[in-house]
Amino acid sequence: MSSLAIETKSLGRIYKIRGNKKEKNEIKQLKALSDVNIQIEQGELFGLLGPNGAGKTTLIKILTTLLAPSMGEAFVAGFNVLNDPQNVRPLINMVSGGESSGYGLLTVRENLWMFSQFYGLPSRAANKRIADLLKMVGLGDRINTKSSDLSTGLRQKMNIVRGFMTDPEVLFLDEPTLGLDVGASRDVRHLIRGWLEDDKKRTLLLTTHYMVEAEELCDRVAIINQGRVLACDSPSALKRQLQEDILFEIKTSPLNGLTTKELVALSEVHTATLTELEDGALLKLALVEESALGPVINALTDRNITIMNLNKHEPTLEDVFVKLVGHSIAEAEKGGQDE
Amino acid sequence: MNNEVTTSRTDSIYAPLPKVTGWRLFIKSVIARAYPRLIGQQREKSWLFFDIFLPMLAVSAYVFVYQAIKAPEDYVGFAVMGGAMTAFWLNVLWSMSSQLYWEKEQGNLALYIIAPNQMMAILLGMAMGGMLATALRAVVIIFLGTILFNVTFVVSSFLQLFLVFILSMTALYGMGMMMASLFLLLSREAWHLSNLAQEPIYLVSGFYFPISSFPLWIAAGASIIPLTMGLDAMRQLIFKSGPSLGFVSVNLEITVLSVLCVVFLVGSKVLLDYMEKLAIREGRLTENRR
Repeated sequence: MSSLAIETKSLGRIYKIRGNKKEKNEIKQLKALSDVNIQIEQGELFGLLGPNGAGKTTLIKILTTLLAPSMGEAFVAGFNVLNDPQNVRPLINMVSGGESSGYGLLTVRENLWMFSQFYGLPSRAANKRIADLLKMVGLGDRINTKSSDLSTGLRQKMNIVRGFMTDPEVLFLDEPTLGLDVGASRDVRHLIRGWLEDDKKRTLLLTTHYMVEAEELCDRVAIINQGRVLACDSPSALKRQLQEDILFEIKTSPLNGLTTKELVALSEVHTATLTELEDGALLKLALVEESALGPVINALTDRNITIMNLNKHEPTLEDVFVKLVGHSIAEAEKGGQDE
Repeated sequence: MNNEVTTSRTDSIYAPLPKVTGWRLFIKSVIARAYPRLIGQQREKSWLFFDIFLPMLAVSAYVFVYQAIKAPEDYVGFAVMGGAMTAFWLNVLWSMSSQLYWEKEQGNLALYIIAPNQMMAILLGMAMGGMLATALRAVVIIFLGTILFNVTFVVSSFLQLFLVFILSMTALYGMGMMMASLFLLLSREAWHLSNLAQEPIYLVSGFYFPISSFPLWIAAGASIIPLTMGLDAMRQLIFKSGPSLGFVSVNLEITVLSVLCVVFLVGSKVLLDYMEKLAIREGRLTENRR
């Protein structure tokens, strides 16, 4: 396997859509992906973060050999996905959120066994692994339940087991927690992390439009919107790029005549804003260095001002997204774009 | 929600397992895809009504007509045989041809394609599973028809009968596999095509009467449907008056069926490969609206 698990070079995809009769069946072109260049190292948990319609699923389809790129090239484990799909397929697996794959009449074990056979796993070994994995994800007691009788959360756990079962080198998870409740989402994230930590050579590409998920799980994140990758880095680095100053919020007792001018006069305090509260005041400080907090606290205590609460404000990936795109993911999805 | 998730490091649970490739993978995939069809029959008993009782009504209707007009006794047997073989035709038309389309709708098709197995193995598994499951239905119809209508069979050659049956099934399910690929590209329109094909094929394939009753060109045209020649040959081999009502000789029908087997199986492979490439290029494998 190449040191790069996934690589795309100027990757693009255009869908041709036939218009309706009013439009005289005119062929329209929809640019789903444009000039995507990403490199994902072996062992990385890489996230694609963007609203619905951003192009995340299209990228996954190309990388899993389900869709041909219109422009550029894509490689998985060093193999070209378009020209060499037979070498890519034994190394990958994919799980999508909300998928209803398998057959409702089959039990959980039977469904998983069926998929294991398509990867050439010996039946006995596959059945043992299925039983072990189901036990691990908390589905041990449902092994003989028809999959049609499972709840959405349990079904998604079954799907995750299907993804892990074949021991892929690169696993693609497309919105794995879509439609799950908080507890089930947490469980799924826990499983994903556990699977990846078990072998450092495994690589996972995850798409999500949940900021928390990307922030909690991913080593690196690519923010994608309207088919373009707008930024790609670790969540902390992305947030650092956004924030030059270090922001603190300090809730205090009444300020006893202390003004923001005095605070700004302190070395390395960039800006200070003050909001009077009923029982005190709220100071918002932008500091060039974190060490500047010491003189600020000294200035407050010198005036007998009590610090009631002190918070360091960290930007979120949502803030990064807003900065890059101009609006939030929720607003982007309200726009009605559909992938 | 069950919360007994434990993901502490489990070095052995994900340890790589040996995997077979090549023809062994092919066989495994065929068996695995046939499994839901076979097991589904045991768990979903509605087939007893839809696939046994309803065809028996149609058989009974023909039997009563034949008895009313005092047709030769073997015509009752023809109707029973036709009723049994109808099960295979319906299975190919409704469960086989449109199956890839439904697999796509369900999300299975993408998973079949990204797996290292061959899609031909999936199609073959669908066909084998369908054929075996339907064989049980056909046997039940023949058994009930024989008991109810007192049908007499006079088999002239078991070997030829076996050969005709195997060739008919191979060609028929080969045709089903070919149609499955075609229907995948047509998406929702496929349902209408199945509807369109069902009744005319009943008529021209001679499910309930000998096709020698048709003008030559209709009978010859209908011979592209494997069941037409298969049924005609089987009638000739298991009924006393069969040879006198046959369309062409059994040996010629065996030859034609053999050619149809090759045409449909090779055709299904070619069409499946073409369909896969086209669908990947146009994005049709997982999206209907593209």
